[in-house]
Formats: sequence, C-alpha cells, structure tokens
Amino acid sequence: MIPSSVDYTRASSVTEAIQLLTDNPDAKILAGGHSLIPAMKLRLNAPSLLIDIARIPELRFISDEGDKVVIGAASTHHDIISNEAVQDMRAMVEAGELIGDTQVRNMGTLGGSIAHADPSADWPAVLLVLGASIQVQGPNGERFIAANEFFLGFFMTGLDEGEIVTAIHIPKLAEGQQTAYRKFMQPASRFAIVGCGASVTVQDGQITDAKVAFTGVSDAAFLDEGVTDALIGQPANLETIEAAANAAAEGDIHINEDHFASQAYRKHLAKVYAKRALAGACGLE
Amino acid sequence: MPKITVTVNGTSHTSEVEGRLLLVHYLRDTLHLTGTHVGCDTSSCGACTIHLDGKAVKSCSMLAAQADGSTITTIEGLATGNELHPLQEGFKEEHGLQCGFCTPGMIMCAADLLSHNPNPSEQEIREGLEGNICRCTGYHNIVRAIQYAANKSLVVSE
Repeated sequence: MIPSSVDYTRASSVTEAIQLLTDNPDAKILAGGHSLIPAMKLRLNAPSLLIDIARIPELRFISDEGDKVVIGAASTHHDIISNEAVQDMRAMVEAGELIGDTQVRNMGTLGGSIAHADPSADWPAVLLVLGASIQVQGPNGERFIAANEFFLGFFMTGLDEGEIVTAIHIPKLAEGQQTAYRKFMQPASRFAIVGCGASVTVQDGQITDAKVAFTGVSDAAFLDEGVTDALIGQPANLETIEAAANAAAEGDIHINEDHFASQAYRKHLAKVYAKRALAGACGLE
Repeated sequence: MPKITVTVNGTSHTSEVEGRLLLVHYLRDTLHLTGTHVGCDTSSCGACTIHLDGKAVKSCSMLAAQADGSTITTIEGLATGNELHPLQEGFKEEHGLQCGFCTPGMIMCAADLLSHNPNPSEQEIREGLEGNICRCTGYHNIVRAIQYAANKSLVVSE
C-alpha cells in the first residue's frame, strides 16, 4: 500500500511548524507517524504536505519540575515508560507498556497519539485520571487545555486550526494517591476494546479522592463520575470497589458497538475493568 | 523531492526520494537490501523490522524522509564477514525458522531486546516479540534461538 503523493518538510522549531501549518491549511503534522502513515497508506488521509516535528529538540524532553512532570509532545512511548520521572505514576507506565509493541513504542509519540484522538487509544484515559494539562501553541500564541476539555469526540480534540500540541503537564501524585491502568485489547491491533485508568487517594483507610476514565467505550475517552461518586468517602476495600465498578458506563453515555464487541458486552467489560483498575490502584488485586 | 542522507550498515547513501516513499521500499528497491521483508504492510507482523538509530522500528510504517540523518541497521548488517551474528547462529542451530519469511524481523527485534536485556527470561522473550508474527514455527524454536544467542553472548562477554 502506497500513500498518495505528498510533499515532506522537516520543521526546525515549533514556530516554523506553526507558520508552515498556517500557510498550508491542507498540511498534516507528522511526529512518529504511527497513526498517520497507516491512514495515508489506506488513503483514508491524503494531505498535500507533511510537516515533520519529530526532531524538534524543544518537543522531545521529559522534565521533573517539582510539583509536576512535563513531557514534550514528541517523546516516544518508549521514552516515557523508561523515564525515571514517571515510574511512580503506575497508570502511565502500565498504559505505555500496553501500547502496540516494541517497534511501535519506539516510534509513536504521546503528542501524536492525543492529537489524533483515536477513541481506543490508551493515553487519553490516563491523562484524564492524572488531571493532565495539554500545552498547545498556534498562530495566536500558547494556551493550556485541561485533559477533560481536550478529548471531545471521535478523532476530535480541543485543538483549534493551526494549533499543535507541544507538551503534556502532569501533576505529581498527592500523598496517598495511587493509579493503575488495565485494558482488554483487540489481540491483533492491541488497541483497547475497553481500557480503564484509575486514580485513588486513600487517607486512614478512607477514599478521599478518586477518578476513573475509560477509553474504547465511547466516542472519546471520558471520566466516569458514576463510579467516582460511589468511591469517595468509602473505605478502600474490595466491597467498595465492586459496588462502584458496577456503576461504570451507566447513565447517558453513548457506548460503542463494532464487530469486536456489542454494546452490552462493552458495558460488561467496563465494569470488569473498572474493578481491576481500582483494585490495582488500591493494591487489592 | 526531499534529499536524504542515511547511513545503512555502515555505508552512507544520499538520495532524492518521493515524499511518500516508505522506508522499507527505499531499502529494498533503491538500495537493493532485500533482506528486510514486506509482510502484512499494516505494522502488525514485524517482518520489516530494522534498527533506526539503534532501536527496532517497522520500516513499512515510516517514510524514507523521516529517516534522514539516521543510522540504520538491516539484517544484512549483522554478520561480521563470514561470521554469523549470535542470533543468526541461534536461528540456525535451534531450527528457529521454517519458511524464513519472518526471520529477519524476528532477529532485528530480538537484537533490540538483547541490547537492553542481555539475559531475558522465556516470558520476557515472548513479550519482546509481541510485534512479530510467525506463521510456521509456533514460536518455540524462535524463543530457543534467542536463548542460544543470549547464552553465547554472555559467554563471550565473560
């Protein structure tokens, strides 16, 4: 499979990339290319120009800034899961290790994955439970978008025309906060049929804060407040987790259906994987 | 057309390439290094695995232009003269191939694994090969071939 004809250019700075994108509205930003190139090979996407940002030094870094970890958008999945700064954020490491395979993790990037916003991608659920903030830059300057305002729908994000993701800011864990990610994957593509990120803060045996997010379940990753409501103020035990997990993917949520899993099966899996992720975060597996 | 310079198996090449040219086609059709195979062409099977700046990647899922300025190793670059790389020897000694189509990708992926984990467990080898598919062997002898190479490399480095 061969993509249709396309021009290629390598941007040397974020400013240059934004200028190129503004001048060529039909262009696409290329980082690892592990979503875009396969889509182009299938002719699902045929941009006139590719603007390669993978080697812009200001986009490829991971830094511990005291109260948060900042990850440059062009950091690969491998860069992230092998970095010391994120090791205690277990949901990051567990999700990253389940993305694709070794070769994919060596090329694919965090910024590329979230800007693409595949409804089955792993990172969005993790960024939601960690309360991440997405730093973006465009022709009108720089701004931050909270993760829960970034993943808007099916391959749709809060990015405006001409904006690119430059970094992801993740607050450090609070005292007593633990996280986990569990997924039921499509065995060939390894994309999530259901992926669940969980963050639980426990003080004196009581859950004081919690977040649960799903990917693969709906048209975008989302925080499931039905589960959270059933956790906060309760003792951190399996009984609480089981009751809360049963509230997953209920209410006014559109549930995906495809040839891998029906709506009813996805809903069932959401409850099972909420339980596993919460048990993982609470150390109760 | 983009002009790229890449070092492949120690030799520098400069070429003008179409923007849409995939790296695997550049290696096979322009440089005539046909050891790197096109299998599924959808980044699932791993037959096209090469090393880009020391890391295993799938050359069917990236453009040649993306590799500009990089150092590439393909299966042809592993042996030293007539002396097989321990992984190549392992696949020969342990009967790690039948039709052989997946073998270059298996070896390049295994080389990446052994570079950061020189003594992997059987489970770690199986997990390390999650991006490579073999339709003949059932994987058992591939795992043994990699264990052979790991053992031999450990003996050599001792």
